[in-house]
Amino acid sequence: MSAAAKPLNTRGPFRVASVQRWVRTVQLGMKSLWLRKLRSLLTVLGIVFGVCSVIAMLAIGEGLSYEAQEQIRRLGSNNIILRSVKPPEERRTSSEQSYVVEYGLSYKDVDRIRATIPSVEILVPSRNIRKDVWSATRRIDCDIVGTVPWYQEMRNHRVERGRFFTDEELERSENVCVLGNGLPEALFPIDEAIGGKVRVDGDYYRVVGVMEPKSRQAVSSQANANVNGLNNPAGPAPGTGAGVGAPYEMYIPLTAAKNRFGETLVERTSGSFSAERVELHEATVKVKNIEDVVETWHIISDLMKSNHKKIDYEIIVPLDLLRQAERTKRIFTIVLGAIAAISLLVGGIGIMNIMLATVTERTREIGIRRALGAKRKDIIMQFLVECVLLSATGGIIGVALGLAIPQVISFFAELKTIVTFWSPFVAFSISALVGVVFGIYPAMRAANMDPVEALRHE
Amino acid sequence: MPELIAQLVDVRKEYMMGLVLVEALRGLSLDFHRGEYITIMGQSGCGKSTLLNLLGCLDRPTTGQYLLGGEDVSTLEDDELSQIRGMRIGFVFQSYNLIQQLNVLENIEVPLYYQGRPEEESREIAGRLAERVGLGDRMHHRPYELSGGQQQRVAVARALANDPLIILADEPTGNLDSTSGSDILNVFDELHGQGKTLIMVTHSDEVSERAQRVIRLRDGKVERDERRCKTA
Repeated sequence: MSAAAKPLNTRGPFRVASVQRWVRTVQLGMKSLWLRKLRSLLTVLGIVFGVCSVIAMLAIGEGLSYEAQEQIRRLGSNNIILRSVKPPEERRTSSEQSYVVEYGLSYKDVDRIRATIPSVEILVPSRNIRKDVWSATRRIDCDIVGTVPWYQEMRNHRVERGRFFTDEELERSENVCVLGNGLPEALFPIDEAIGGKVRVDGDYYRVVGVMEPKSRQAVSSQANANVNGLNNPAGPAPGTGAGVGAPYEMYIPLTAAKNRFGETLVERTSGSFSAERVELHEATVKVKNIEDVVETWHIISDLMKSNHKKIDYEIIVPLDLLRQAERTKRIFTIVLGAIAAISLLVGGIGIMNIMLATVTERTREIGIRRALGAKRKDIIMQFLVECVLLSATGGIIGVALGLAIPQVISFFAELKTIVTFWSPFVAFSISALVGVVFGIYPAMRAANMDPVEALRHE
Repeated sequence: MPELIAQLVDVRKEYMMGLVLVEALRGLSLDFHRGEYITIMGQSGCGKSTLLNLLGCLDRPTTGQYLLGGEDVSTLEDDELSQIRGMRIGFVFQSYNLIQQLNVLENIEVPLYYQGRPEEESREIAGRLAERVGLGDRMHHRPYELSGGQQQRVAVARALANDPLIILADEPTGNLDSTSGSDILNVFDELHGQGKTLIMVTHSDEVSERAQRVIRLRDGKVERDERRCKTA
C-alpha cells in the first residue's frame, strides 16, 4: 500500500460557506421548477387558493363583526335600552276604526326604575315622532326627538354650535330645538340657523343649537362606548307609527313634545284611521358599573313584567349583544380556521402528489447525482427546497390575492373588510410549512433510491 | 511496478433477483495500479457491471474486501461512499448520463458542487476541462443541443473534474458511431498518456486493443488477466 495515496477525509477537503451552498441549491431548485412552468403553476394553485381564501374570508368576517360590534358599542355597553313595541295582536285590531291602541313605556315605568334600582345612574327617556319640519317654504322630513337635557352626556353626542336646551326650558316646556347634523344646511341654506325659527304643525320652535355629527371614531374605545349611542342605530324607531328613522333629527324638550303633539298619534292608512297612544318611545338606563349591567337588566325585566300585562316593550342590552357577537365571531374564526386547514391540506397533498411523480420521473438524475458524490441529505435538500419554493411561491401569490380581494369586495360590494395584520404572515408560514411536511416523503423516497437501480432506470 | 491504488480481495457479490439468489461475483481478487489502462470484457451476465459498480463504490461486496487508495471501503456507510465516489471516482456511462436541465459547464461542475468547492473555482475548473475536451465553444449549450460524441466528451470532462484516482467507463463508445467513438478513445489514450488510471468495460475487441491490460470475466470469475506491452 502506497503512502502516496491521499488520506481519506469523508468530510471532504473543501468546505464552503453554507450560505453559498444554500443559494446554489435554491437556484438549482428554481431552475428545475422553471423548466416545468405549467406543472409548477398548477401544483401551486391549491396553495394559492387556500391561502388567499383564508386571508380574504378572515378579512370579510373581521369586517362584518367589526360593523356589528361597532353598532352595538354605539348603544353603550353600560346602557340598558327599553323600547316601546306595538304588541302584535294589537296590530290586527288596529284596523278597526277609531280604536286607540295604548301600549309602551310609561312615565310611571321610568319613575319606578329611577326610584327602586340604586345601580341606575342616569335615565334618559325620549319620544320619537316623525313630522315635517318647515322653515319658510322649505320642508324636511324629520325625526323629532323629545328628550331631556342630559341626553348629550349620556349618549356622548354633543352640541357643536350653540347649546342644548336647559332644565328650565324642559320644565317650562318651551319651544326650543336643537338641530341634528345636516339639518341646518337643509333648512337654512343662507341664514344662520341658530336664532332662527322652524315650524312643526302649528308651532314655531327657536333653534338654540346644532349637534355634531354622530361620531364613529368615538365608539371604538370601550371607555367611550358606555356613553355612546344614538336613537336607533340597531333598527327602526319602534312603534312610532312613523316607521323607519328619518334622515334628519331634531331635538326638543320632552315636555314640549308631550304638550304639543300629545300622546296619541293618529296614522292615516288607506281608508281608515288608526291611533296609538304611547307615552315614551324609548328610555335609556345607564348603569354605574359595568359588572351590574346584567343584574340590573334582570331587575328591570322583572319590574316591567309585573307592571305590563302585555309585552309591549323590549329590553336591549348592548353588553349582552356584544358578548354574543364576540362568541359568534370566535366560532366563525374557528370554522374559518378549519376550512383553511382543509384547503391547505388539499394543496399540500397536491404538491406531494406532483413531487412523487417528479421524483419518479427524475430517478435517472438522482442516480447520476448520487454517482457523482451527492449524499442522501443532498438529494433530500434538493427536493425539499423545490417543495418549499413551490409552496412559498404559492403562499406569496395567495397572500397578494388575499390582500387584493378584500379591497375589491370593499370597493364593489361596499362591505367593510379588515385584514388583520397577522393573517398574511400566518397563512404564508403555514403554506411554507405545508411544503416541508408534504415534501419530506417524496424527498426521502428520492434519497433512499439505490444508486445502481436509479442509474439503470429509463 | 507503480503503486497499488485499488485492490479486490476475494470479493463475492450475491443479490436476490425476485426469488432467485444470483451469484454475480464468485471470489474475485484483482489489483489495479496507478496509470494502468484496463479493459474488462466478457459476455453479458458475467458480472462486468456488478464489478464496475463495486469498483465505483456504488455498491458493496457481500463478502471480501475492496481497498481503494489504501482504505477498506467495503464496509463504509452510505454517506461515506458518496464522499468517496465524489472524490476518487470519475464515471463515464454508455448513455452519457448528463443532467438535461444543466448546460455543459454546469454538468461538469456537478461533482465539484457536491465536494463543496467554491463556485468561482469550480467554474474555472469546468471551463478548463471543457476546453480540454474540445467544447470550449459550447460551454453554455444544453445536452440536447449536442451530438452524442460531444455529450460523451462532456461526460469525460465531468469525470475528470475532481481529479479522481480511477476513471470508470461503462461501454463509453457503445452508443456512438465509429468516428465519435474513436474520438473518445483518443481522449482516453491521451488521459492514459498523462498517467490517469482507466478501467473500461467493453464488448469490442477493437476497443480493448488500445488497453494495456485486458481482464476477461466468465461466470463471476476472472477467466483471463493478460497484460501486454502497448505496441506502437
